[in-house]
Amino acid sequence: MRRYALTALFVALLLLAWHWAASLDSVDDLTLASPGETVDALVDDWSLLSDNAWTTISEVLAGLAIALVAGALLALAMHLWPPLHDAAYPVVLASQAIPIVVLAPIFVLLFDFGKGPAIAIVALICFFPITLNLLAGLRSVEPELLKLMRSMGASRLRILRSVELPSSLPSLFTGLKVAATVSVAGAVFGEWAGGAEGLGRLVLTANNQLQTGRLYAGTVLLAAIAIALFMLAVLLERVTCPWNRKESSV
Amino acid sequence: MTVSLSNVARRYGRVSALEGIELGVREDEVLAVVGPSGCGKSTLLELVAGLQEPDEGSVTVRGGTDEAARRASCAYMPQRDLLLPWRDALSNAALALEAQGVGRGEARRRAEPLFERFGLAEFESARPRELSGGMRQRVAFLRTLLPGRPVLLLDEPFGALDSITRGSMQRWLADALAREPRTVVLVTHDVDEAVFLADRVAVLSPRPGRVVAELPVELRGPRDVTSPEFTAVKRRALEALGA
Repeated sequence: MRRYALTALFVALLLLAWHWAASLDSVDDLTLASPGETVDALVDDWSLLSDNAWTTISEVLAGLAIALVAGALLALAMHLWPPLHDAAYPVVLASQAIPIVVLAPIFVLLFDFGKGPAIAIVALICFFPITLNLLAGLRSVEPELLKLMRSMGASRLRILRSVELPSSLPSLFTGLKVAATVSVAGAVFGEWAGGAEGLGRLVLTANNQLQTGRLYAGTVLLAAIAIALFMLAVLLERVTCPWNRKESSV
Repeated sequence: MTVSLSNVARRYGRVSALEGIELGVREDEVLAVVGPSGCGKSTLLELVAGLQEPDEGSVTVRGGTDEAARRASCAYMPQRDLLLPWRDALSNAALALEAQGVGRGEARRRAEPLFERFGLAEFESARPRELSGGMRQRVAFLRTLLPGRPVLLLDEPFGALDSITRGSMQRWLADALAREPRTVVLVTHDVDEAVFLADRVAVLSPRPGRVVAELPVELRGPRDVTSPEFTAVKRRALEALGA
C-alpha cells in the first residue's frame, strides 16, 4: 500500500511541475499543453483517440506475440544445440544494432502501408530481450541439479521439461517486461514510417496541425498502454510462478 | 562384490583427485568413506554413480562397468536436497520415478504411501520453502529411494543440517537400513557419523586420495556412541586421518 501511495505522490508532484511549467509566460502554448488542456483533449477527442489506440494496441499485441513465439523458439534451439548458439549469438546482437530508421522503409516496401511495418518493428525489437533472458535462464540451472537428473536416468527432453523450462520462466518474464515497455515506442515508429492509423500517426498529425492538447493526450495514452502491458506481464508471472513470489520484482 | 573399484585413478588436468583406489562393497553392506576436504570423496561417489569415468582402472556396479549400467543400478543423493521450488513435496518425491518415464500421476500415487513412514504425513502438498531442513532432506531421501535401485550413494547427506536435526536423521537412517538393508556408500567428513552408520569405514588421504585404512565396525544393532567399542573404532579412524 505504501508503495502505491508513494507512486501516487510522485505522479502528483510531476503533474504539479508540469502545470507550473505550462503556466510560465516564457513557454509557448504550442510547445507545451497544460495537464488541464491534455485532459480536455482526452475528453473531447475520446472516440478519435480510442479508435487509434485500439489500432496501436493490436499492432503491439501482434508484434509481441510474434516476438514471444520466435524468441522462445530461437532461445530453445540455441540452448539445445550449442553450435547454433555460437553461430547465432553475434547475429542476434547485430539485429539490434541495425538502426530502425534504416529498416522502417524496407518494412514498408515489404509489408505495404498499414499495420504491417509497425508489427514488424515491434516484433524485431521485442524478440531480443525475450531471447536473451530466456536463454540466460535456461543456462543458469545449477550444474548439481543437472547432475542429479542425469543420475536418475532422465532424458535430455525430460530435463528440459521438468527442470530447465520451469526454472527459466521468471527470466522469460523479465524479458517480457522489458519487451512490453519498448514495444509501444516500436509501434509508434512503425506508424510514422508507414501507418495510416494508430496513436503514433495521430500524434504526428496533431503535431503538424498544431493541436498540442491532442498531441499530449495521445502521448499520455501511449504511456498508459506501456504501463498496462507491463502490469499484465507482472500479473501473468504471479499466476504462473507463484513459487517465485519472493524473488520477483515489479 | 556389489560395487568394486579396481586401481582407479581420476585426474582433472594436472591435478590428481584419486590414485590407486581399491575398494569393494558387499551386498547390503554400508561402507562409509571419510577423508579431509578435497580428497576426492565426491569424485569417488560420482565414479560409482556413473556420472564420471575413471582415467585409469575400472569401476563395476553389479557386474556393469559402463556409465549407463552403473547409473541404472545406483541411486545418488547429493549433499544439498535440490528440491524443485515449483513442485510440492509429493511431486518432488516422485521426480526420480518420472525421470524414468513413469507418468506424473502414477509416480505421485506410488510416493504417497511412503510419506507417513518418512514422517511427512500431511505435508504432501507443501512447497519446499514451507518445509524444515530435516523434512526437506527426508523428501530428498524419499526421491532417492523410490525407484528402488539396489545401490544407494549418499554424499554428505546430513552435512547441511543443524546438529540436533542431524542426530535424529542419522538414527532415522540407521533404523531404516536395519529394517530394509541396502548396499550403501556413504561419503562424509564426520567420523562419528561414519562409525555410527557404517559396517566398514574407508579412510582416504589428502589429495590425491588413496585408501589409507579400512576399519570394520563390529557393532550390531543400535550403537551407543559413548561405548568403549565405538570410541575405539573412532580413535583408529582419526589416527588414520592423521587428526
